[in-house]
Amino acid sequence: MKTGDLIRALTSDLAAPGPSIETRFVVAILPGVLLAFALFAITLGPRPDLVLVAGDVRFLFKFVVTLSLALCSAILVWRLVRPGAPARLQMMALAVVPVVLVIGVLMEMVVLPPPSWGARLVGSNGLVCLLSIPLFALPMLIAEILALRQGAPTRPALTGAIAGLFAGGVAAAIYAAHCPDDSPLFVALWYSLGIMIVALLGSLAGRLALRW
Amino acid sequence: MSERDIDWGDLMRAAIGGDTAAYNRLLTSLAPAIRAVARRGLGRAGLAAEEAEDVVQETLLAIHLKRHTWDPSLPLGPWVRAIARNKLIDAMRRRGRRDHVPIDDVVETLASDTAEPTPIPGRLDEHLQSLPDRQQSVVRAISLDGASIRETATRLDMSEGAVRVALHRGLAALSVRFGSTKS
Repeated sequence: MKTGDLIRALTSDLAAPGPSIETRFVVAILPGVLLAFALFAITLGPRPDLVLVAGDVRFLFKFVVTLSLALCSAILVWRLVRPGAPARLQMMALAVVPVVLVIGVLMEMVVLPPPSWGARLVGSNGLVCLLSIPLFALPMLIAEILALRQGAPTRPALTGAIAGLFAGGVAAAIYAAHCPDDSPLFVALWYSLGIMIVALLGSLAGRLALRW
Repeated sequence: MSERDIDWGDLMRAAIGGDTAAYNRLLTSLAPAIRAVARRGLGRAGLAAEEAEDVVQETLLAIHLKRHTWDPSLPLGPWVRAIARNKLIDAMRRRGRRDHVPIDDVVETLASDTAEPTPIPGRLDEHLQSLPDRQQSVVRAISLDGASIRETATRLDMSEGAVRVALHRGLAALSVRFGSTKS
């Protein structure tokens, strides 16, 4: 077939474009988020003293870190599925999130006496954290990968990993409402590990499912 | 390429608005640019330039099916180059060549001889033969015979809507087949 013949067929197939990638992403992700909340409600539920700690700086810091991670990851993913679109600013924005976390850790280390660092780091709930975040994230990650198949990522594994950071960030924010450990030291270790697991899964899924 | 980017972007915007003539002009003027990129890349990897046309066709299919991934606030050129480069690298991988692809050289513009070669049966023809009958007949009628949607509908005793669906599915399936086959 000559290329001109193909162009004729492509021209005949011209139709109005569907919804944008961002819209598709949000529409796809919503059931995943609801499912994550449902899983959270069934398995853990919010901590009993939620109302009392709602204004606590350490408690709020968990949401600042996880939700800013989710937001920056979403914005970066929306660039990565567009071939040739510059993504440097979005990558830099995402890189700020771990910096914020490190600042929180340093402040905690300034405030607390060194002997108590270890106990705060290990916390009381590490394994639950490590399992809950991937569990809550999984429905969102699947929905995301399916939605992102509409895109055209030139780096599928990276795109999947960043999608994993989004799902992991949202899942961690949901889990944070249960988590009795509020120290930035705990967050830096256990939340990060849980989110990394999701990012790794996302990277694998991206490699398998986001090629086009 | 910046002047041309402006034209390409305008054509694509018109196409997104439903202007088929603009879309045809856009794809027709993109083809030689992609061909130059493909020939260069294949040549550097020591592969036959005849395969460039497969890359051109696969890239055009991807441009068509992924056109919603272009951000209209950005120039079209980098988007097209990124897709062409991706398809070129895919084609080389399928050939089992894992050589370093000198990306900056590959995307440089452009050799002067970018006319379409005389047709030899390419991979598109192989893939076309593997499509389900109905999709195959529709794609053939519209591409090879130059029939309109309406003529194709009459000829194949289908509704125009069914022809459109078969055409779109056929083209999407061709793109998938390019991606999945090893040759």
